[in-house]
Amino acid sequence: MAGAATLTARGVFSTRSESTRAVTESPAVRWILTGVALLFLGVFIFMPLAVVFVEALRKGLSVYWDGLTQPDALSAIKLTLIAAGIAVPLNVIFGVAAAWAIGKFEFWGKSLLITLIDLPFSVSPVVSGLIYVLLFGLQGVFGPWLAEHDLQIIFAVPGIVLATIFVTFPFVARELIPLIQAQGQEEEEAALSLGASGWQTFWRVSLPNIKWGLIYGVILCNARAMGEFGAVSVVSGHIRGRTNTMPLHIEILYNEYSFAAAFAVASLLAFLALATLVVKRMVEWRASRQATQALGELA
Amino acid sequence: MSIQIKNVSKKFGQFAALDNVSLEIPSGELVALLGPSGSGKTTLLRVIAGLEFPEAGSILFEDEDITDRTARDRRVGFVFQHYALFRHMTVFENIAFGLRVRPRKLRPSKSQIRDKVQELLKLIQLQTLANRYPSQLSGGQRQRVALARALAVEPSVLLLDEPFGALDAKVRLELRRWLRQLHDEVHITSVFVTHDQDEALEVADRVAVMNEGKIEQVGAPDEVYHHPASPFVYNFLGNVNLFHGRSEDDKLSFHEQPTGELLYARPHLLEIRRQANGGAHFRATIKHINSAGPLVKIEALSEWGAPVHVEMSQEKFHDLELVRNETVFVIPKEVKMFQNKAVS
Repeated sequence: MAGAATLTARGVFSTRSESTRAVTESPAVRWILTGVALLFLGVFIFMPLAVVFVEALRKGLSVYWDGLTQPDALSAIKLTLIAAGIAVPLNVIFGVAAAWAIGKFEFWGKSLLITLIDLPFSVSPVVSGLIYVLLFGLQGVFGPWLAEHDLQIIFAVPGIVLATIFVTFPFVARELIPLIQAQGQEEEEAALSLGASGWQTFWRVSLPNIKWGLIYGVILCNARAMGEFGAVSVVSGHIRGRTNTMPLHIEILYNEYSFAAAFAVASLLAFLALATLVVKRMVEWRASRQATQALGELA
Repeated sequence: MSIQIKNVSKKFGQFAALDNVSLEIPSGELVALLGPSGSGKTTLLRVIAGLEFPEAGSILFEDEDITDRTARDRRVGFVFQHYALFRHMTVFENIAFGLRVRPRKLRPSKSQIRDKVQELLKLIQLQTLANRYPSQLSGGQRQRVALARALAVEPSVLLLDEPFGALDAKVRLELRRWLRQLHDEVHITSVFVTHDQDEALEVADRVAVMNEGKIEQVGAPDEVYHHPASPFVYNFLGNVNLFHGRSEDDKLSFHEQPTGELLYARPHLLEIRRQANGGAHFRATIKHINSAGPLVKIEALSEWGAPVHVEMSQEKFHDLELVRNETVFVIPKEVKMFQNKAVS
């Protein structure tokens, strides 16, 4: 530490060209910090990820392929895609509408709405699932009415979709609210004064301005929708080939000691996560390029 | 197209941004709304544009009541303070926007739009920058693009919110002369908001001075400058010295204590002499001299200890050979008198 202290002191009193030294640490401290971070990443992220792929391929490609193509696995993949395919578009609509209302208008109950949007983040997923069981289950509030009309929500696809929507709805809105608030209303007002209708203003001015934030939100929303376990587990009922999503299917396979098949499906999810990260990185890169342009505009 | 504003009031919460404002703007005129921040000038402009709606009163365009019409239907060109250019569109697309969003029946053909945009680019002298994005333009260029975009829809009225506020001094001066020229060519009824009295006095045909949600005075630049209707207008239109005084039988006198009358004198309308001349005068001690610039600015302390600002020509200054801490006589060439409301 003595070394660091003298270096800092020298930095403070040195000429301008060296002044950046004032905020750096000695090489030893830097190596230790970097090492700790890398070790942590290796143990908690990289190793488990590697294990997934190693275990999936341990018994060879044909077993791996079988694990992915057995009917139950295919049905789980299909159900996951359906749930995400419904939840993501709905949350895009909801997220844009909510972010719009919050970013552009003052209204009564606005802070309450912001708090409620965060609710799915703060509530345990199991509780989120349970809410729907209590509402739509046989013993639930709407249970008797639903049974009378021969509608099934819990332990069926609609319940899974509902739970997925609930768990993933903050992603798009959260991403867009700060963006829309920062952009203000002037461009929209300009469009209106130039004779554009509300609809034209939205498609030609507002949407292009939030494009990158929206794509980013969709990516995160989709990743969570496909990977959600807790909430979906409560409402699904685990009926093989009918109400199992990929994460649930993996659990069942694992509990049955079909490790190769479990890891095969898991590798698919992991691959999806990696792909999401790559796309996210690309979007961030594009968005930051636009942000530097926007900064140039302010200067 | 003429604009009539009749008894318009607008509140934001408890704050009265506009308080029973009336103003008539004849067709083809260039009018400045001048006032300090918070005086309601921008609100008034936005009310004319249809971006805000008044709680009381009405707006007429050419005798037609348009109070309840939206911005979209008013056919006004609005130039925003920070330009509000569409950041994801090129200069060309920005200018073409207003034509592109017209309903199909009224929309010009592609070649007509291109011709119109080219014509406007020529007007703002930016033909070569049609494919740039707003982020690649300087402040002055953005301002001109914003103006061209507003003019593209052939508005009946042009409204500009602090059009030169965000520019540096040199560009500002160039652009305001350019705007004046443009107005002389295009002759569209225009209203612009500014807090800069020089800008208002130089560019506008008429100036409306605003304060606390009210219009204090409307008139030609000459008129408001030389015949201010209220102390506020006098104060706002230039530097001013304030004295307690009295005028009896056309004789003016300065007093240390409040008298019920306030005398206002601009720095260049005070004269410094070494001898009194029988008229109204007081003694002052010179504290600071700034001779950099076309006029020499002198700060002095009056005999009762109040600061006094005097401006004189460089020649006069050299003739007098004034020095610091010298005691001189200050003689008003012209003062403006208002009732002191605090006393009477």
